[in-house]
Amino acid sequence: MANSSELADTIAGFALFADLSEPQLERVVHTFEERRFDEGERIVRQGLTGSAFYLILDGEAQVVIDGEARATLGRGEFFGEVSILLGQAPVADVVALRPLRCLVLAGPEVEGFLVDHPRVMYRMLQAQARRLRNANRWRS
Amino acid sequence: MARAEPERPFPPGDYPLIVIGSGPGALQVSYCLGRLGVEHAVLSADEAPGGMFRRWPFFQRLLSWTKPYAPVTRDSRAYERYDWNSLLADEPEHRSLQAQFMDHTSSFPSRPEMERSLVSFAQATGIRIRHGCRWTATQREETAAGARFVLETTDGEYRTPLVVAAVGVCQPFTPAFPGSDLTAHYAKTRPAESYAGRRVLIIGKQNSGFELASGLLNWASRIVLASPSSTRLSVNTRSLVGVRARYVQPYEDHVLGGGVSVLDAAIQSVTRDDGGSLTVHLRPTNGGEELAIAADEVIAATGFTCPLGDLPSLGVATFGQSLLPTQTPFWESTTVPGLYFAGTIGQGSPGLKKHGLPSNSGAVHGARYNARVLARRIAAVHFSKAPMDRVVDPSALVDFALGEIDGCPELWHQKAYLARVVTVEPDGLHDRGIAPLAHVLDEGGPDAIVLTLEADGSGSIYPVVYLRRRGAISEHALDADPLLDYTSDRYRRPLASILEAIVPGAVVR
Repeated sequence: MANSSELADTIAGFALFADLSEPQLERVVHTFEERRFDEGERIVRQGLTGSAFYLILDGEAQVVIDGEARATLGRGEFFGEVSILLGQAPVADVVALRPLRCLVLAGPEVEGFLVDHPRVMYRMLQAQARRLRNANRWRS
Repeated sequence: MARAEPERPFPPGDYPLIVIGSGPGALQVSYCLGRLGVEHAVLSADEAPGGMFRRWPFFQRLLSWTKPYAPVTRDSRAYERYDWNSLLADEPEHRSLQAQFMDHTSSFPSRPEMERSLVSFAQATGIRIRHGCRWTATQREETAAGARFVLETTDGEYRTPLVVAAVGVCQPFTPAFPGSDLTAHYAKTRPAESYAGRRVLIIGKQNSGFELASGLLNWASRIVLASPSSTRLSVNTRSLVGVRARYVQPYEDHVLGGGVSVLDAAIQSVTRDDGGSLTVHLRPTNGGEELAIAADEVIAATGFTCPLGDLPSLGVATFGQSLLPTQTPFWESTTVPGLYFAGTIGQGSPGLKKHGLPSNSGAVHGARYNARVLARRIAAVHFSKAPMDRVVDPSALVDFALGEIDGCPELWHQKAYLARVVTVEPDGLHDRGIAPLAHVLDEGGPDAIVLTLEADGSGSIYPVVYLRRRGAISEHALDADPLLDYTSDRYRRPLASILEAIVPGAVVR
C-alpha cells in the first residue's frame, strides 16, 4: 500500500523499530496516527494532563522547561513517553522548531503497545539508558 | 459587487467571502455568517443541499442519534446534547429540526431523514446557494487591497479575499497495491441482495468496513475483514474511537465462529484466476504464515480523502492518508492565509486530543459548533463585527460556571476541544463566548477562566477548569458525577475554591 508502505519504509530505518518485520511495521503505521505541526506550535504542554507519545518523522522539536530551551530532537527521536510511563503531567513543553511531522500514539495505548512489542520496549529502554548516561555525564 | 439573481443567486463576480459546499458544514457556517451580517456567496456542485448525506451511509442509517424525548424541551439549548444531527439556529422555530423528520423506528435517523432535515433547514432559514456550480480551479492574485483567490467554476470566475471550503472528506481512497484494481471501493457497494451467496473480503476494519459487514450478514456466504491493526470497539475505548456499537454484530459472529473472520493482516496483493475467482494474499501482523483467501468480491473500506482540487499546488499543506489540510485552531490553513475550512474537513485542526480522544469535528454534532465559532471569528477579524462580550457579576460566577458546565452543548459535544472563556480584567469579568481550547491555552492574553468538559477513556465525563494567570496555565479537574449532573451543591464549593484563586469574590452564596 503506497502511503502506509512508504511510512513503514521510513520507520524501518529508526532504531526504535529496527527489530520489527515488515507486517509489524505496517501494523505500527496503522496503529499510530500521523500529525503535522507548524513552526512554533506546541505539541506537549508542561503541566497539562492527557498527552501522547510522539515519534519524529521529519523536522525538529525543542524541549522547553519553564521557558528555557533544554534540548533539540530530530528525525527518529521520540518524546512524551516519560509522563505516560509515570502517569504524570509532562514537566516540559515540546515546541516545533520548524514544520514537524510525527507519528503519534495516544497515552492510554502506550502500555499495551509496548507489551505487545517487547523489542520496541527494549530499544526504548536503551534510548532512555543513553539519555540517563548523558545526563549523568553533564552533571559530573 | 455582482447583483444576485433571485432564481439562481451569486453569479460570477467579486464577493467579500465565498463558501464552497452545501453539506451540513457549509449550511451551518452560511447561516451563522448571515445572522452576523457578513455578506457572502455559497457555491455548490450539487443540485440540492445535503452534501454526503445525499448518498451515504450505504446502509442508510446514521451513526449519530437524535433522541425525540429528552429531559429538556426540544427548543432549549440544552436539548442539543441529545440531538446530534440538527443544525443550530437562533430562532426557536428553526432549532432541533431533525426529530420532526424521524419515524420513531430508531433514534438514529435514516439517510433520507437526515437529507430532508438539512433541506428543510436551508429553506426555513433562507440560506441562498448557487447549486450546480462546480469549483474547478483556483489561483491567487495580488491586488492593491491584498491577496485574493480567483475561483474558476463551471459558471465562470469568482474573486474573493476569503474562502471557506466545506467540501467534506468524501473522495474515495484505495491504497495502491498489486491487484488493487480488482477491488471495489466502499462507495461502489451494490444493493445488499446482489451479494447473496457470495464470498466477500472487506479490506478495512473501521466503521465503514463493519457497516458493510453488518449489512451483508444476511446475504454473503462468508465475510472476511482484514487490515494490519487490531479492531477497536467504542464500547471498549469508552469513546467514539473504534467500531460503534451498532456495527458490532459481525465481531460477535467472528468470536463465536459463525462464519465471519476478522484478521489482523497486511494486504500483499489480490489476484484473479482463470475462472474469475479472486485470491487475496495477506501477511498476518502477528508473524504467522502468509494467507491466501478466495473471494468473489473484494471491497476496499479504506476511507476517503479531501477533495481539495488544486489547493495543494497553491501551497496548502496536508497530512495523513485523508489529505486533511493543516489548520490553525480557528480552522484556517496554516500555509495559505484567508483559506478556512468548515464541516468534517475541520478534523485537520485536531486540538489537544487529550488521552487520545478526538474531537467530534468529523461529525455534525461537533462541526456545527466549530462552524459557529468560525463564523464569529471571521466576522470579528475580517469584517470588524464586535466579538462576544457579556459582563458577568462576580458574585454570580459560580452559578454561571456551573450552568455552563451542565448545559452548554458545545462543551458536551466538543470535549477538551471547545471551551467557555471568561476573562478577568481590571473592569470586571467578561464572558468571551466559546473558543478553541488550543487557542486559549497557547495564545496568551488577559487572566481568564476556561471551562471545559473532558473524558479520559475511563468512561467518566468530568469538568475541567483552566486558569490563566499572568500567562501561566493551570489545570483543575473536578470529580465526575455518576449521573453527569453538575448542578448539584456538591460541586459549588470545590468550584468556588478553584475560582477564588483568580476571582477573590467568587464565594459560594
